[in-house]
Amino acid sequence: MAGSGLKRRRRRRIHLSKLYTLTCTQAFFKQDHSQIGGPGYSRLVIINEPDSPEADSSSYSDNYVRTTKYTLATFLPKSLFEQFRRVANFYFLVTGVLSFTPLAPYTAASAIFPLLFVIGATMVKEGVEDWRRNKQDIEVNNRRVKVHRGDGNFDSKEWKTLSVGDIVKVEKNQFFPADLVLLSSSYEDAICYVETMNLDGETNLKVKQGLEVTSSLREDFNFKGFEAFVKCEDPNANLYSFVGTMELKGTKYPLSPQQLLLRDSKLRNTEFIFGAVIFTGHDTKVIQNSTDPPSKRSMIERKMDKIIYLMFFMVVLMSFIGSVIFGVTTRDDFKDGVVKRWYLRPDSSSIFFDPKRAHVAAFYHFLTAAMLYSYFIPISLYVSIEIVKVLQSIFINQDIHMYYEEANKPARARTSNLNEELGQVDTILSDKTGTLTCNSMEFIKCSVAGTAYGRGVTEVEMAMGRRKGSPLVLQSDDVEYNKEPFAEEAKVKGFNFRDERIMNGNWVTEPHADVIQKFLRLLAVCHTVIPEGDEDTEKISYEAESPDEAAFVIAARELGFEFYNRTQTSISVRELDLVTGKRVERLYKVLNVLEFNSTRKRMSVIVQDEDGKLLLLCKGADKLSKNGREFEVETRDHVNEYADAGLRTLILAYRELDEKEYKDFSVRISEAKSSVSADRESLIEEVTEKVEKDLILLGATAVEDKLQNGVPDCIDKLAQAGIKIWVLTGDKMETAINIGFASSLLRQDMKQIIINLETPEIHSLEKTGEKDAIAKASKENVLLQIINGKAQLKYAGGNSDAFALIIDGKSLAYALDDDIKHIFLELAVGCASVICCRSSPKQKALVTRLVKSGNGKTTLAIGDGANDVGMLQEADIGVGISGVEGMQAVMSSDIAIAQFRYLERLLLVHGHWCYRRISTMICYFFYKNITFGFTLFLYEAYTTFSSTPAYNDWFLSLYNVCFSSLPVIALGVFDQDVSARYCLKFPLLYQEGVQNVLFSWRRILGWMFNGFYSAVIIFFLCKSSLEPQALNHQGKTPGKEILGGTMYTCIVWVVNLQMALAISYFTLIQHIVIWGSILVWYLFMTVYGELPSEISTSAYRVFVEALAPSLSYWVITLFVVVSTLLPYFIYSAVQMRFFPMYHGMIQWLRYEGQCNDPEYCDMVRQRSIRPTTVGFTARLEAKKRSVRRSEPES
Amino acid sequence: MKAPIFIYYQLDNYYQNHRRYVKSRSDQQLLHGQEYSHTSACEPEESSNGLPIVPCGLIAWSMFNDTFTFARESAKLKVSRSNIAWKSDREHKFGKDVYPFNFQNGSLIGGAKLDPKVPLSDQEDFIVWMRAAALLSFRKLYGRIEEDLEPGNVVVVNLMNNYNTYSFSGQKKLILSTSSWLGGRNDFLGITYLVVGASSIVISIIFMLLHLKNPRPYGDNSWNKKSLSS
Repeated sequence: MAGSGLKRRRRRRIHLSKLYTLTCTQAFFKQDHSQIGGPGYSRLVIINEPDSPEADSSSYSDNYVRTTKYTLATFLPKSLFEQFRRVANFYFLVTGVLSFTPLAPYTAASAIFPLLFVIGATMVKEGVEDWRRNKQDIEVNNRRVKVHRGDGNFDSKEWKTLSVGDIVKVEKNQFFPADLVLLSSSYEDAICYVETMNLDGETNLKVKQGLEVTSSLREDFNFKGFEAFVKCEDPNANLYSFVGTMELKGTKYPLSPQQLLLRDSKLRNTEFIFGAVIFTGHDTKVIQNSTDPPSKRSMIERKMDKIIYLMFFMVVLMSFIGSVIFGVTTRDDFKDGVVKRWYLRPDSSSIFFDPKRAHVAAFYHFLTAAMLYSYFIPISLYVSIEIVKVLQSIFINQDIHMYYEEANKPARARTSNLNEELGQVDTILSDKTGTLTCNSMEFIKCSVAGTAYGRGVTEVEMAMGRRKGSPLVLQSDDVEYNKEPFAEEAKVKGFNFRDERIMNGNWVTEPHADVIQKFLRLLAVCHTVIPEGDEDTEKISYEAESPDEAAFVIAARELGFEFYNRTQTSISVRELDLVTGKRVERLYKVLNVLEFNSTRKRMSVIVQDEDGKLLLLCKGADKLSKNGREFEVETRDHVNEYADAGLRTLILAYRELDEKEYKDFSVRISEAKSSVSADRESLIEEVTEKVEKDLILLGATAVEDKLQNGVPDCIDKLAQAGIKIWVLTGDKMETAINIGFASSLLRQDMKQIIINLETPEIHSLEKTGEKDAIAKASKENVLLQIINGKAQLKYAGGNSDAFALIIDGKSLAYALDDDIKHIFLELAVGCASVICCRSSPKQKALVTRLVKSGNGKTTLAIGDGANDVGMLQEADIGVGISGVEGMQAVMSSDIAIAQFRYLERLLLVHGHWCYRRISTMICYFFYKNITFGFTLFLYEAYTTFSSTPAYNDWFLSLYNVCFSSLPVIALGVFDQDVSARYCLKFPLLYQEGVQNVLFSWRRILGWMFNGFYSAVIIFFLCKSSLEPQALNHQGKTPGKEILGGTMYTCIVWVVNLQMALAISYFTLIQHIVIWGSILVWYLFMTVYGELPSEISTSAYRVFVEALAPSLSYWVITLFVVVSTLLPYFIYSAVQMRFFPMYHGMIQWLRYEGQCNDPEYCDMVRQRSIRPTTVGFTARLEAKKRSVRRSEPES
Repeated sequence: MKAPIFIYYQLDNYYQNHRRYVKSRSDQQLLHGQEYSHTSACEPEESSNGLPIVPCGLIAWSMFNDTFTFARESAKLKVSRSNIAWKSDREHKFGKDVYPFNFQNGSLIGGAKLDPKVPLSDQEDFIVWMRAAALLSFRKLYGRIEEDLEPGNVVVVNLMNNYNTYSFSGQKKLILSTSSWLGGRNDFLGITYLVVGASSIVISIIFMLLHLKNPRPYGDNSWNKKSLSS
C-alpha cells in the first residue's frame, strides 16, 4: 500500500515537460495570430455552450464520416449514370431503344435482353461492394466517447453525434473522435502523449500540452459553467499547423498545434484528457487530407475503350459504305418511271425503301445498319471481364501462399477491377514503418573496445547468405522465412542479442571489462525513457519516445544493468559491480539532459555518480569522437559493417568533467535557455557543442529496425523483375537511409544525392521569419540541388545505376511545385533508388501522382497506416498491409495483404497471370465478335446492303451470351502461360506486362485481322460450297436459313477451336466449356427448331430436317473450320519455333524437360536477369566488382 | 442419268434476300389464314379492294410463273411435282385449311396465280418459292423426272416465258441434275479441298526441312540471349 502511494506521488513530482524541450513548437507564431478573423481564419467556436444563440455551430458539418460511393437515394441514378458513361453501354442503350422502331433489323426483345442482363449484373456488383464500405463506416461512426452533458456530468455518446464546441473526455488508448483543443490531462501540467501512427506512420509518442490557464480543469465537475471562445483558422489539410486564440474570461490566449489533438491519433500513457471539439467530421485535418475514393480503372481497360472507339469507327464506316450503296441501288430501282426490281414494288414503298427519297432511305438505312453491326462490339465484354475479375480475386484471396497464419489473415482483393494492373507495375511506392519493417527495434550487435559482439543474424545477412550459398534454394525456401536462428530461447521483445562472451555476466572476464562496464552503464543511463510497472516483481516495462531508445534500455537490462527508477533528478540502476561481482543499486544524479537534435545528431546526459564524479555520457551518430582513438579503426570498421547490414548504429562515448568545467557549462546553458532572442537555439547548440568534445570512445551499438520476414528477398525479386521501388516515409532521414540499407535499396558504393534544406543560409533566413523570402530561397536552393544531381547523373553517363536520391519533406514541398517537378522526376527516374523522408500524407500522394502522370507508367503504392491513405488512393493500385495497426489503409486500399513479402507472389504470379488472361481475353473478345460481325457485313454485300441479317434473331443475340462466352471466361480465370513456380523462377517474365507486349496495338490489331480473315474465309467457303446446287440427295436446294445455319456452325466451331489453340493451360474445365459450347449450339438449334414456328420463325426444324441429315453440311463444316484455323496454326508454329516470346521460351524449357537439370536451369535464369540495380543480388554483384577491382592493386 | 432427275429453275441477279422482300410475308397468316389480321409487314400487298390478301406480301405476290413441259423423243416425260418442298413447311408452316383469297386481284399483278380451291399446304411450288433464297443467284426445285435418261436421248422442253426478268437484267436457267449423298455437283468444294490439303503438305515439308537443316540442339538457348525489350 505504501509502495503504490509513493509511486503515485513520485509520478506527480515528475513534471515531464521539463524532460522535453518544447521550444520548437512555442516560438514564431506571433505573426500568424494577427491574421485571426481575416479571410481563412474566420472560424468561431463557442465551447461548452451548446444552446447559445450566438453559436452557429449548426453550420459546421457533423461528425459523421462517410466513405461510400453511393447513398441509398443516389444509388440508382448514380450507378446507372456510371454504367451508361461507358460508351459501349450507351451505344447499346441507343440501339435498344431504336430496336422498338421499324428501323430494327431484328426483334426488340432479342436486342434488349442482353443489355438488361449486363447492366443488372454490374449494378448488383457495385451495390454489394458499397454496402460493405457502408458497414465499416457505421462501425467507426458509432464508436463511443464521453461528452459533457452539462453541470459537470459526462455521458457516453456516439462519435457521429458530436458537434463543434462539445467538451469530451478521452481515456487512455482511445482514438480522438474529432480535432480537439487540449484543455487538461491527468497530469498537472496538462501534458499528454499522443500516438500519430495513423497520421504519419511514426510510432514515437508525441507530447502535447494544454494551455496553462486550463490545466487545472482536471475533474469532471470543473466543467460546470466553464465557457470559452475559440477563434481559429478554417478547416484545412495541413497537419502541422494550427493558428487560433482562446478567449477565456476576457483574456485571449494563443493556440498552436501544440494544443491540437487530431482525429485518428491515439491517447497513450495518459489516463485521460479533456478537450474541446474544434473540427468535426469532414472538417478534420485527417479527412481533409484524404481525397475522395476515386473509381480506378486499369490501363488495359482504358486502352480497351480506345479499341471500342476503333470498333465504333469501323461500324460507322461499314454502315456508311452500306448506306451509300443501298441508296444508289434503291434510287436506281425506280428511275424515270422505269421499275427495275419490280418484285420489290419500289413504286409503292414506305420511306425506308423509297427510291424517290433515296437519300432519306439511305439515312434510315444507316441507323439500321449501325444496329445490325452492333455485333462488332462485344456487349458481354464488360460483364464478362467483371465476372472474370471477381473469380480471379477469389483465387487471390484463396492463395495459401499469401495467407499469413500467425494473424489468420489471407490476402484480400477489395476491388477486383485492378487485377491485371498488378501485372504491369513499373514503380512501387512503399511506406516504411509497418510495411517494410515490422515496427520493432531489436538490439542485435555491439562493438566494445574494438571487439565485435553479437551473433544475431539480420534478415539481410540471411538473405545474402542464402544467395551466396546456392542460388537455387531461392524458389523453394518460403518455409525458411520463419526460421529464427535462436528460436528455442525465450525471446525478449526488442532484444535479439546473442553472445555468450558477455551475456549472463560473462563480460567480467573479457579483456576490456572496464570498458564494457562503462558501455553498459551508459546504455542504462543516457536516455529519456520512463520505467513503468511494479518495482517489486522486477517486471519493468519502459515507455520510450522511440522504440530504439527502449531497445537500448532493454539491452542494458538484459546484460545486467537494470534501469528501474527515474525521478526528476535521478536515475536508479541495478548493476553488477566489477570488483565484488555482486549486484548493487546505484543512483545517478541527472544534472542535464542535452536533447537530440538533427544538426548535432547526438544526445548526452551529464550525471553525477555516487562517488561525486561528473560524467558526460553521450551517444550519437558516428562523427562524435575526436579523442580516444584507441579502438577507432576497429570500431569504424564495425560500424560500416553494421550499417551495410542495414543496422542503425550509434557510437557511445563519455568523458569525465571536472567541477569547474561543469559549473562554467551550467551557468552558460541556463543563460542560453532563458534567453528569449530568436537565436536561442543556436546559443544552446553552441554551449552544448563546447562541452561535447574530447570524448573517449567506448564502442558502438547496432539496432535492427526489424524488417518484416522475407523483405530483402522480395525486394530482390521485384528488382530482378525490373520494378522500381521508391520508399516514401514520414520518418527521419537517418532512419529512412538505414532501412534503405537494410532492405538492399541502398548500398555503400552507391552515390547518394541528398536534397534537403539544412543549410546555414536557410536556417538564418528562417529565423527572420519572412515567409516569402524563405520560400523563394528554399525553392532556389532545391532547384539548384536537383540540377546538380542531374549533372552528376549525366557525368556518370551509363553508370547511372549507382545513384540514390534521398530527399526530405521540406525540400519535397518545393520540388513538387509545378515548374520544377518534371526536372525532379527526371532526376528521380535516373536514380536506382529513391527515398523520400519526412513526407506528409499529402506529399506522398503528390509524389505518387507525379510518378503516375509524369511517367505514364503504372504505379503501385503499399502502406499500412492512415497516413498512406492518400497515396494508396492516388496510385494506380493501392495495396494495404493488414498489419497490427488501424484499418484505414486497408479500407482505402484495392488489395490488402498481410505481409510485404506477399507482394512478390501477388505481382509476379497473380499479376502476371491476370494481366495475361485479361489482355488475351479482350483480344479474343474482339476477334470473336469481328469474326461474327464481319460475316454479317459480307452477307449484306450480297443483299445490296438492305440489312437482312444472315442469321435468325435469337442466333444473333445469343452468340455472345451462350455459344462463345464460357470458354473466354474460363480463359480469363484459369489460363496460365507458365506455372507459378516458373513465374517466380524467371522474374523477368514480368516485363511482358510492364512493357505491355501482350496488349500492344500490334497484337490487338493482329487479333482483329485474324477475325477479319476468318470471317472472309468462312463466308466465301460456305457460300461457294453451298451455292447453287442441291443440298441433299432429295434435290432440295439450300435457302437463306441453311446458309445461315451452316455459317453459324462454322463460326461456333472456329472461335471455340481458336480458343483451344490460344490457351496454354488445358484442364478438364477447358475441355468442358469448349466442347460444351459447341454442343450447346447443336442442342440449341435442335430445341429452338422444335419450338412452334411462330417463335422459331426461319429456324424451324432447320437442323433436324435439313442440316443434320445432309452429309455435305458436315463435310463443309470440317473443311471450313480446318481452312480457317490453318493460317493461325502456321503463324503460331513459326513464332514459337523461330521468334519465341519470353513465356514461349520458358514453355520450351519446360517442354524439353530441362527444368530438372539445375545447372542448366540456373544458366538460363541468370541470362534472363538483366542487370538489376537494387536488391541484394545487385549488392553481391557490386561486392564482386569491388573485390575484383582491388585485387590487382594488392 | 438415273432417276430421280431433278428439274430446277435458276434465277440470277434476283434479290430474294432483300430485307423488304424477306420481311414481306406473314407466317401466321400462312398458317392460320384470314383470321390472323396483323399483316402490316405485307405492305403494299396486304390488302386489295379493301379485302385482305391471302397469302399476303411481296414474296407470294412475285411467285415464279414460268411453266415447263418435257418430252423425250415426242413422248411426254412425266414430271412429278409433289414432294418438292420441305416436309416441315408442308405440315407445320402452311395451313391445311388456308385457301388463297383475293390473291392477285390488285391493279398490278406480280407473278403466278394460285388455285383458290387448293389449300396452301398442298401448293408445293408455292411453298418452295416462299423459302427465301440466301443469295442473288439461286435454284429452286421445280419437279422430278422419275425415269432414267439414257445417253443420246434428246429432251425437248416447252416453256411459257411468263416471268419478267428483263427489267432487272436477270437471267433464267433450267437445270436437270441428279443428286448424290453429298447433294448436287460442285467442283469448287473439291478443288479447294485439294488446294488446302496440298498447301498443308508443302508447309509441313518446309518445316521438316528447316528442322533438319537447322535443328535446335538440346540445351541450346541462344534464343534466350535476346533481351525482351528488343
